[in-house]
Amino acid sequence: MSHAVTAPSIFGLMAEFETPTDLVRACKAAYAEGYRDMDAYSPFPIEAASEAIGFHKSAVPLITLIGGILGGTSGFALQYWINVIAYPLNIGGKPYNSWPAFIVPTFEMTILFAGLVGMFGMFALNGLPRPYHPVFHVEQFSKVTRDRFFLCVEATDPKFDLTGTQQFMERLKPLSIAEVPH
Amino acid sequence: MAGVDEKNLALLDEPPVIGPGQTFDSVTDTITDVVLKRPIGLGWLAGLAVGMSLLGLLGVAVTYLFLRGVGIWGIEIPVGWGFAIINFVWWIGIGHAGTLISAILLLFKQTWRNSINRFAEAMTLFAVACAGMFPLLHMGRPWLGYWMFPYPNSMGVWPQFRSPLVWDVFAVSTYATISAVFWFVGLVPDFATMREGATNPFARKVYGMLSLGWRGSARHWTRYEALYILLAGISTPLVLSVHTVVSFDFAIAIVPGWHTTIFPPYFVAGAIYSGFAMVLVLAIPIRKYYGLEDMITMRHLQNSAKIMLATGLIVGYGYFFEAFIGLYSGSTYERFMLHNRWFGPYAAFYWALILLNLLVPQVLWWPKVRSSTSWLFGISLVVLVGMWLERFIIIVTSLSRDFLPSSWGHYVPTRWDWATYAGTIGLFTAAIFIFIRIVPAISIFEMRMLLPQSEVKE
Repeated sequence: MSHAVTAPSIFGLMAEFETPTDLVRACKAAYAEGYRDMDAYSPFPIEAASEAIGFHKSAVPLITLIGGILGGTSGFALQYWINVIAYPLNIGGKPYNSWPAFIVPTFEMTILFAGLVGMFGMFALNGLPRPYHPVFHVEQFSKVTRDRFFLCVEATDPKFDLTGTQQFMERLKPLSIAEVPH
Repeated sequence: MAGVDEKNLALLDEPPVIGPGQTFDSVTDTITDVVLKRPIGLGWLAGLAVGMSLLGLLGVAVTYLFLRGVGIWGIEIPVGWGFAIINFVWWIGIGHAGTLISAILLLFKQTWRNSINRFAEAMTLFAVACAGMFPLLHMGRPWLGYWMFPYPNSMGVWPQFRSPLVWDVFAVSTYATISAVFWFVGLVPDFATMREGATNPFARKVYGMLSLGWRGSARHWTRYEALYILLAGISTPLVLSVHTVVSFDFAIAIVPGWHTTIFPPYFVAGAIYSGFAMVLVLAIPIRKYYGLEDMITMRHLQNSAKIMLATGLIVGYGYFFEAFIGLYSGSTYERFMLHNRWFGPYAAFYWALILLNLLVPQVLWWPKVRSSTSWLFGISLVVLVGMWLERFIIIVTSLSRDFLPSSWGHYVPTRWDWATYAGTIGLFTAAIFIFIRIVPAISIFEMRMLLPQSEVKE
């Protein structure tokens, strides 16, 4: 089978590892080999693994910050508009814009928006919810939620080559190597 | 004490966070088996039955309340707040420990929290649900509850944003929402574990949907961790603000005994105090019944006891300062308030409060007490009652006798007050029992991170 025919027909090649240390070592080796379209899978967060595959910074903090600013300003603006413009009430001669009294709802709105925008932002960036994904075709992959660690080099990578990548993966001494169908 | 005993005590003082010999597999199985494998036991059924019966009582009490109005309760001017607000403050305080454990201890990298944060957060959610019911029922016309929120309406009026009662709406609803977000985000990777472990196809589907198709990708984990820390960071000021705002409901009023600056820290400490008591009341039977002693170890119970001791002392400082200010202020009304608390019609409750909330918990100074589950369980119950009495004293003594003797009154709760209160305890109990059987009660992925195997060796 020629490279041109097989490459698009599968999603990628997946290697299975027993320990987080093996996974991180494999990620580093794959990155050094020139692979970029790949992902590591693990049952708990391993910072070193995502560093090793070249993923350093996420946009989540920025999105959360924007959400918080949005919530805070809209919270204060709402109270200002209600108390000064829409429904001004003179209570004991207090100024319409009695801003110290508006701080609590402003603060709460900041937190509310930061949290909600952060959560939805994180899921959106991760492309979740996504019930179907090719990696789930690999039988041993179900252990990724228990005790196994996986490295998947995707077929879209320009360096990907079914035999070449498989040979490279064998050098990493994984527990198993599997083709990931689409 | 003999030298050997002392050595044993020193060892007892710092038991491990997680039992020895655990692996990724065993941690996963121990936690998921409670939900997926274990048959429904008689103990669980009995507990659920108690919860459900009390929940039924709540249904009766609330139905009758809707038919007849708040007149079925003991509230009568001058005591317009009564049980509804006592129970509101009590329940919302209990919720605070959950957020403290999940957010503040996470920021301080207290990894021992990993095995109790899940059910402490669940406790927060259920406690806030119980708390939220009371102001709603207390309104008399709960079907108009949405009037509390600012929305354009045909009446052309808006909420009064200078009132702490409106701040409370914002604080409590934000707290409930963010607690739910925190809980759900923490659960997503564990739902994926449940999805892979479930044998029942229906359960598999439900867990699959709840897991949102989580596949443990390194990129996902990085964003996930970033959000988790951020949520902890915003929940920390949030939880402190919630009970502060609750205390503003009192402190901003001019009623003697309420109008003091000590209220916010004193309320927050009291909230955490009662919350940890509830954590122990739940954790001690759960770990025993479900064999989770390796996950929720004596270390957790002891640390919780220490936090209770510390916050209990802060609360004691609050009592002391209330008394000091009452005497030192030179205000006739403040001094009378104090006299009324100590020797008035509710004096017995005040002294019971001092006994239960301040004196009895001092036995926690002894390491032996801190390492005995039965002692801790008993003291936690005592603290829960004590903290309830504290809210009773604050609300009822101050309102029943304020400035003018001609407008004094006396408050006695009716059976409907008790029925509603017991009913929310039923709601809480039933929710906890159901939660234990459908959701992993301990955060599985965070427990894996506690294992020495999880370390990456360079």
